[in-house]
Amino acid sequence: MTMTTTSTSTTSVRKSGNRLGYRFNVVGILGLTVILSWALVAVFAPLIIPYPVGEIVDLDYFGPMSHDFWLGSDYLGRDMLSRILMGARYTVGISLAAVTIACFSGVVLGMIAAVAGGWLDTILSRFLDALNSIPSKLFGLVVVAAVGSSIPVLILTLSVIYIPGAYRFARALAVNINAMDFITVARIRGESTWYLIRSEILPNIVGPVLADLGIRFVFIVLLLSGLSFLGLGVQPPYADWGALVRENIGGLPFGAPAVMFPSLAIASLTISVNLLIDNLPQKIRDRA
Amino acid sequence: MNNRVLSLVLSRLLIALITLVIVSFAVFFATTLLPGDTATILLGQAATPEAVEGLRKAMHLDEPALFRFLRWIVGLLQGDLGTSYANEMPVADLIGGRFANTLKLAGVTALFSVPIALTLGITAAMLRGSLYDRAVTVLTIGVISVPEFMIATSAVLIFAVYLKWLPALSFANEVHSLSDMLRIYAMPVITLTFVIAAQMIRMTRAAVIETLNTPYVEMALLKGASRPRMVFRHALPNALGPIVNAVALSLSYLLGGVIIVETIFNYPGIAKLMVDAVSTRDLPLIQSCAMIFCLGYLLLITTADIIAILSNPRLR
Repeated sequence: MTMTTTSTSTTSVRKSGNRLGYRFNVVGILGLTVILSWALVAVFAPLIIPYPVGEIVDLDYFGPMSHDFWLGSDYLGRDMLSRILMGARYTVGISLAAVTIACFSGVVLGMIAAVAGGWLDTILSRFLDALNSIPSKLFGLVVVAAVGSSIPVLILTLSVIYIPGAYRFARALAVNINAMDFITVARIRGESTWYLIRSEILPNIVGPVLADLGIRFVFIVLLLSGLSFLGLGVQPPYADWGALVRENIGGLPFGAPAVMFPSLAIASLTISVNLLIDNLPQKIRDRA
Repeated sequence: MNNRVLSLVLSRLLIALITLVIVSFAVFFATTLLPGDTATILLGQAATPEAVEGLRKAMHLDEPALFRFLRWIVGLLQGDLGTSYANEMPVADLIGGRFANTLKLAGVTALFSVPIALTLGITAAMLRGSLYDRAVTVLTIGVISVPEFMIATSAVLIFAVYLKWLPALSFANEVHSLSDMLRIYAMPVITLTFVIAAQMIRMTRAAVIETLNTPYVEMALLKGASRPRMVFRHALPNALGPIVNAVALSLSYLLGGVIIVETIFNYPGIAKLMVDAVSTRDLPLIQSCAMIFCLGYLLLITTADIIAILSNPRLR
């Protein structure tokens, strides 16, 4: 049944004459543009910042937006624009690393559980469900209290927190595929578990899994920012966007731009990812 | 209620209990991973080895980790939460009043967010595709995709800085009148309500739309029932289970929100206590707070599951 739907959808896309076979709408492209530009900023930040990050360049603290300092200055008089551009490295980099580890491990474990079944499936599911019933912020707090906060610890903690979700999602998809005839045929042919996972199941769940990766990326960005805001994430002298809000929270009663712009940066990234996921071409999203 | 429902509910409770054991295991061992010896940290660098050894004995630190875990669990069950490292007060005394404060905050938030979210969610589902529905959807997606502290800071900017209705990041401990009470609770409750209501609206809307797509609702439409009758008589009673499930699940987001909100508004609740304990590395306090949070979370999730089981007519 899947095979017929897939083949009809490919033919219909081919008829539309689009070479890539993917049709995006405007909102999706907008989201993708914002995400790509933040990615570029993260890579090239040291080249494009107008002032060095650590240097006090404004005599005034919590300075307003001006010609010299586009986004104002922070609580020490450092240029806010430079700090936000550099902050993109930490927020985007850490979240991307964490989401990659989380989704890779979750999806591999999920497919193994679905294909192998039996006691392995039961134990894995029970254990990861238990992990899932620890609230994510609390988990972060406890780990940071125990081993202290550094960037590798943050990446690992964030990925461990989101493995159960990725596992559950991938397992549910893989269990559906596992019941299909072509899997039974492959089993009768005597193919190994590894072959089943790699060549039969993975190609059929890759679209939804990628969409899920985007959603999980948003969760991780939000959790990382939340932890940094509590002072438990990225530690000074480095600062991601959450830490920037924390540093400058004293400017809130004056409505300083230094408080709002890091939050706006987070919002622009997360909302863009959500928009992109919601407007992904049907072909990628609903492949399974 | 027949045997099948009863056994499903019982198995769900059993799973919750097993989960709680695994969670307590995780919390205990995560906090004992701390590099360095607790006794040395407590006594400082200048302590003599004899003093450190004495304290280790007194705190049972020389025993295997499993024994200490069992001792800790038994203590928890008997209501002995241990002694805080930071100020040597019993943890139970530290938590007591703070816990009540957090519950009050959560209760007031639920009181506001549940009716608002249900109204918006159900009406948006009824008018699906309309401008109103799209506005609600965009708003909820916006609130869900931004961090909680951004909602809190925006609320402060709007209500305290520009409108000057409420004090900014201050918290008065003495409450003299109703207006004091309102001023204290207004900002945290507004922030939390936004966070919780957005989740709840999304889930409620999805639950009602799912019911509106069923054949029996289509049947009601075809036989000529009016739109309100179709929704209130045919769809809503069947969507009630999923909706209550959604409410319980969204309330579990209170836990995450409360940590940020109590910190930013200096509210003397248990989450603030825990964040402070993390910065002073006060392990017994962290363990107890973490267990309370996990217990609350598990309670809400399990309730949601049990409601979903009870409301499923196919199991009755």
